[in-house]
Amino acid sequence: MATTSRKHAHPLRTLVILAVVIVGLFTIMAVNRVWTPKLGLDLRGGSTITLTAANSTGEGSVDPDSLELARTIIQQRIDGYGVGESEVTTSGGNQIIVSAPNVQKDDLVRLVGKTAQLYFRQVFKEEASSGTATAEPTATASAQPQQSASANPTPTASSTGNKRPLPALPTPQPSPRPTVAATPAPTMDDMLKWTPSARDTSDFDAFQCGQTSPTPDVVDQPLITCDQTKSYKYLLGPALISGQHVTRAQAAVPQNSVAYVVTLQFDTQGAADFETVTGHLASQTSPENQFGIVLDGEVISAPSVSKAIPGGQAQIEGSFTQKTATDLANVLSYGALPLSFEISSVENVSAKLGSDQLQAGIIAGLIGLALVLLYSILYYRGLALVVSLSLVVAGLLTWSMIVLLGASMGFALNLPGIAGVIVAIGVTADSFIIYFERIRDEVREGRSLRTAIETGWVRSRKTIVVADSVSLLSALVLFILAIGAVKGFAFTLGLTTLIDLAVVFFFTKPMMTLLGRTKFFGEGHRFSGFEPEHMGASKAPLHNSQRKRGAVAGGEA
Amino acid sequence: MTDQLTEPQAPETPVKKQSIAHRLYTGDISYDFVGHRRVWYTVSAIVLLISVAALLFRGLNWGIEFRGGADFQAPITVTANTVEDVRSAVKALNLPSQDDITVTTVGSNTVRVQTQPLTETEVTQVKTAIADVSGIQPDDVAYSLIGASWGQQITTQATIALVVFLVLVMGLIWAYFREFKMSIAAILALLHDLLVTVGVYALIGFSVTPATMIGVLTILGYSLYDTVVVFDKIRENTHDITNSRHTYSYQANAAVNQVLVRSLNTTIIGVLPVAALLITGAFVLGTGPLKDLGLALFVGMIAGAYSSIFIATPLLAQMRELDPDMAEHRERLQRRAARAAEKSVHKPKTVSTVSVGDATAASIDPATLGLVPAKDLDAGPRKQPSRHPRSRRKK
Repeated sequence: MATTSRKHAHPLRTLVILAVVIVGLFTIMAVNRVWTPKLGLDLRGGSTITLTAANSTGEGSVDPDSLELARTIIQQRIDGYGVGESEVTTSGGNQIIVSAPNVQKDDLVRLVGKTAQLYFRQVFKEEASSGTATAEPTATASAQPQQSASANPTPTASSTGNKRPLPALPTPQPSPRPTVAATPAPTMDDMLKWTPSARDTSDFDAFQCGQTSPTPDVVDQPLITCDQTKSYKYLLGPALISGQHVTRAQAAVPQNSVAYVVTLQFDTQGAADFETVTGHLASQTSPENQFGIVLDGEVISAPSVSKAIPGGQAQIEGSFTQKTATDLANVLSYGALPLSFEISSVENVSAKLGSDQLQAGIIAGLIGLALVLLYSILYYRGLALVVSLSLVVAGLLTWSMIVLLGASMGFALNLPGIAGVIVAIGVTADSFIIYFERIRDEVREGRSLRTAIETGWVRSRKTIVVADSVSLLSALVLFILAIGAVKGFAFTLGLTTLIDLAVVFFFTKPMMTLLGRTKFFGEGHRFSGFEPEHMGASKAPLHNSQRKRGAVAGGEA
Repeated sequence: MTDQLTEPQAPETPVKKQSIAHRLYTGDISYDFVGHRRVWYTVSAIVLLISVAALLFRGLNWGIEFRGGADFQAPITVTANTVEDVRSAVKALNLPSQDDITVTTVGSNTVRVQTQPLTETEVTQVKTAIADVSGIQPDDVAYSLIGASWGQQITTQATIALVVFLVLVMGLIWAYFREFKMSIAAILALLHDLLVTVGVYALIGFSVTPATMIGVLTILGYSLYDTVVVFDKIRENTHDITNSRHTYSYQANAAVNQVLVRSLNTTIIGVLPVAALLITGAFVLGTGPLKDLGLALFVGMIAGAYSSIFIATPLLAQMRELDPDMAEHRERLQRRAARAAEKSVHKPKTVSTVSVGDATAASIDPATLGLVPAKDLDAGPRKQPSRHPRSRRKK
């Protein structure tokens, strides 16, 4: 029927292109085998923890690089904890959001929230752990001597300047180890004179990786712990230098070398301490000439020292790959991060509540859709066909975009997101109404229906674009400024508004042009939604009969 | 398929009867929104007073997101004793903030416990206590824990969003309408909608959460959208106002009547899905973002449609009529009407008086002036010869 188009409008071509786009989107989904959107944790259960970073140096903004580094550290921490599928993202310039699906472990909060502690401690004993000696030494292992049991613990008690329970005392029932550092902090000299007690040694011998360490991670106390692969156990002295004194750590390949090293830069205080400590360590024998670099109570690296290093610049060598060198540098830099974190919110949704919320969201969507369709059938009769088809097209586009954005960008649909989609049903239908009402206005002003479809479009187009711009603007502002889950609402609202524009321009309008050429709609049949009595324009000529006759005579100008 | 439908079984409406929409459009029937503005200003004033009173005396029920605290939700079949059982179980834990424990039921299958901020250990204790009473697993107890400074952050962000949005909206309106008074009227209507929505929140006592905030901010968009539709028509109608025979008020009122049906339809279509959100949120889930967003949008959208018709338009007309060019235009119209009245003394004919100024001009009988109706002069195609469609010609 509609084979020739009068003007520059090519409704069929537009419709075909749109169909190709939709088929294309679904083909991408088929290729990637994803058919359902990625769901937010409020719809499938899980924990979301929001941390807010503050600049620990006082006022000032949070440096994005620092935040990103903190994110990496927290991600590593959680991965080490064995929570699968967890996600750590930054948000809003000062927040880190941790999402762990289907995790009900309350200690996750503790794990994420605790401050990272990076210390340099002296190594007193280093042994392969027989308990879980499955993993091979890490790539950084060549920085560590493979095995050295040649410890010569000198049982001379250090001065009482350090207030830990003295090892020399023959206590049959060992008192619990202190969990907080003493004040005032012991001096560097005292700490360098420190040697393990008999209790430390026996605890160390009994300890196997994988067990809870007998020693809490306290600055002025010894630490018995393992490396990251849990293949070596260490007995470490009190913390000599805090990671806060590291101003910079970088992975680099020095000149005349092919291997990666990690370079360290200390601040003034750190540089002085580092020189003292390295001087002390260099005079010791293995393994006591080693530094244990300890992050969150875990030995990250244990390089040995051969001479005192002045100037606050050091370099850790070993058989690093680029990745292992960068990882170590990141960890070392963490101490330099001028950030402190506070747990802002913890959201824990049980799997049951999640599925209830998903169900409720779907029910709300279906009710909303049904109400809109019902109303448009009652009011617009045959035009409801256009409304429903347009909503179906908008639905297909929305679904595929949400699925694909979930697969490619990690966009997760949450409950506010679903609300955004439901609200968008109204926004989308509103655009059709503006157009339809405009067509009726044009007919009332005496135009033929076929002309009215075109002139009505030209006039309503502007209104639709303005209305959608306002909607888009609010979605954009809300998306940029919103915190937390409600961001999902702004995102889907903005997305669906864009889709609405596409649908109105590339589907509804061409569809109307085509339908205007049919007898049912074009002649204003009584159920078409364009029937004269419905529009009250019974006197107006609905069908341009001139044009119909003109088709024989060569067409209207 | 279309052919089968060409013969209707029974005509439901008389063919001659014109629809309300059409009569509104042509001006056969119209409501004088601008003229009756005092009535609607009063209605709005009363609603706003109630809102302010509700805000002052009842206040907003801030959710724990703003206050800080812990919120537990457990699936449990609610009986008469549920609340008391759960409360005593939680109290038995001897939490630091004993007196501040709220236990409520949500629907018939959820119990909700709200406390002051807790540590992780206390959270585990409360979860276990609730689970023991309810006979469920501790993992089935959902909870959220909000730090004290979180609410402050959210409030700050929402305030920034509100200000940024208002500035952007004003800019947009100004850029679109190029008419300062339109911007003012639109902003006043916006504030009206905001206040009404917040007032309803205070009145009903739904808790204010971040979802509510975002709902309220979204209303700004909707309210504006309605106003844009109406103002668009006003601008079209008053395009060449100084050369027309109508006052600004008259044309503005005509514009409202012309877009009334469209405005009603877009509002109904927009509100229907929101109503679905509100109903599902309030009755199926009982709590959460669906309900919070739903109520804010529901109230805001209705208020937005109302204010763009009953508040924004009369305000705009009133402000424009104060302008010197409009005053001049009115005087000219009055002189013309007076001259016409003089003429009609010689030819006894129905005299139509024109009242202009404060109220809108009553319609001047165009025939008195020897003119054709304005609507026929509107830019449009010339009238085509009346001819029935083929289907009707058969009859």
